[in-house]
Amino acid sequence: MAEKVLMKGNEAIAEAAIRAGCRHYFGYPITPQTEVAAYMAKRMPKIGGVFLQAESEVAAINMVYGVAASGKRVMTSSSSPGVSLKQEGISYIAGSDLPALIVNVQRGGPGLGGIQPSQSDYFQATKGGGHGDYHLIVLTPASVQEMADLTSLAFDLADKYRMPAMLLADGTMGQMMEPVLLPEEQVHTVAKPWAVTGTQNKRPHNIVNSLYLVPEELERTNEERFARYRQVEENEVRYESYCMEDADYCLVAFGIAARVSKNAVDALRRQGIKAGLIRPITVWPFPKAPIARAAEQVKAFISVELSMGQMIEDIRLAENCRKPVVLCSRAGGMIPTPEQIMQTVMEQNGGND
Amino acid sequence: MAVVFEKPKSLTDAEFHYCPGCTHGIIHRLVAEAIDTLGIEGRTVGVAPVGCAVMAYNYFACDMVEAAHGRAPAVATGLKRSMPENIIFTYQGDGDLASIGMAETVHAATRNENITIIFVNNAIYGMTGGQMAPTSLPGQVTQTSPYGRDVATAGYPVKVCELLAALDGPTYITRVAVNNVKNVRNAKKAIEKAFRNQVEGKGFSLVEVVSSCPTNWGMTPQKALEWVETNMIPYYPLGVYKDKTAKEEA
Repeated sequence: MAEKVLMKGNEAIAEAAIRAGCRHYFGYPITPQTEVAAYMAKRMPKIGGVFLQAESEVAAINMVYGVAASGKRVMTSSSSPGVSLKQEGISYIAGSDLPALIVNVQRGGPGLGGIQPSQSDYFQATKGGGHGDYHLIVLTPASVQEMADLTSLAFDLADKYRMPAMLLADGTMGQMMEPVLLPEEQVHTVAKPWAVTGTQNKRPHNIVNSLYLVPEELERTNEERFARYRQVEENEVRYESYCMEDADYCLVAFGIAARVSKNAVDALRRQGIKAGLIRPITVWPFPKAPIARAAEQVKAFISVELSMGQMIEDIRLAENCRKPVVLCSRAGGMIPTPEQIMQTVMEQNGGND
Repeated sequence: MAVVFEKPKSLTDAEFHYCPGCTHGIIHRLVAEAIDTLGIEGRTVGVAPVGCAVMAYNYFACDMVEAAHGRAPAVATGLKRSMPENIIFTYQGDGDLASIGMAETVHAATRNENITIIFVNNAIYGMTGGQMAPTSLPGQVTQTSPYGRDVATAGYPVKVCELLAALDGPTYITRVAVNNVKNVRNAKKAIEKAFRNQVEGKGFSLVEVVSSCPTNWGMTPQKALEWVETNMIPYYPLGVYKDKTAKEEA
């Protein structure tokens, strides 16, 4: 049954996954997401599920591929350097049209980087990440509650569109504790006639595969996949709009950056500056339409990110060069303060008046 | 009219793409015969590798998954853990299993994952046109060891059975060959046992099949089979390297 508890973000992901019917988890230790694995290690054996600590992130994602091929709900979690290692497998999962959940609790990079929160895997998550033409559905939680809610949603969307989904969190979301209302266990089952469960001598064999040596065939599979992606773009864009009705300045931020941005919006409004926030909840598909609409109204966009500026490119594509788009960011594990955001907005305000 | 010879049920009607004289055809047949004999076709799922056998998914009549290069044991682990009642096998070459997939192989073995691995060792990368494999012999000339494999710079061949037999985990590790009738008969028995072990829940079984590659070795099929006898088998001795079931059966 539904219950309200105080939990770490990483634990909320794990419990929400279990309540969404996920009984298979494969992982490898890496800070700051290890609590997901620890939680699964404790819970899965008690409920007839599978927890397996793989020999590497590469192996873990390929175990995910195997379970996904059998039609069962399955997930893995990691943090930035580990998610880079998983890209090969994610490309195969996308290329074989399999549903699965990959969680990235981001830390600073590149390379080994650091262990503090970051959003610098935005490009990797939203533009494909591995080789070939493909996308993931990418959901970005901004609270522990959303860590849980978006985990369930990710499983449903992955099943619905036969594609991998990613929960793109950051170290803050993973580590902080907040009250969370956990849903009742609810599994939305989808028929998976393509799954390799054994023919039972009753049907021709199923093949899960991403190899097409005839170029016309490979092109056709890519086109079919992208037709599905267009449906996702039409149906599954999610965002939150905050104080945008009369806004002159539109902050765009997700995850922890969106929470800091909300504080900045409130403080700016107390000073008479009409700021608002568009918070993408899906960063693929990106909320292009609300950004385009805002471009008719606002004087400037401010992309608030924990990176050297990645999402800013998608904002520019969406607003189509109609208004200035400026960056307000910290990187390497640092988090922008409300004051830094306010300062950026006030500079624009001064420039325009 | 009495039927004296027929295609195993577990093979499809698809035409093999393998080169003339390649022993993959024999090994495919032995795997299919084992599946038929045990009556497990309807619950078997195979995992194809990257390499010459990449299109094995078209040849085996059971459900099939195509894995990334070297990752078949991890994919098989996922399949087996999600469907313990199914029979899961991988079919892999030497580059796939002993080079890029070494970590996946060793760890599936040490977990004693209840899967069956058919490992085809022909001492060369066939599909990409004859490059040095982890199992290429010292001195062997390939496209990427044009002066012969120099162990001083390229290291020594990997002896997979000897290496895996040193682990506590795996159940059954054996090396066979398919270069003559007697060896093919032994290979058939070993492959069947490797599948039966899984059916009986006994754990990880790997059969290394010493094989030939006439095309990339630059030999006639007959000459290649002779080379297996005179060069491969002395370096890769045939036999059972580990068998946890032997004690129970004795």
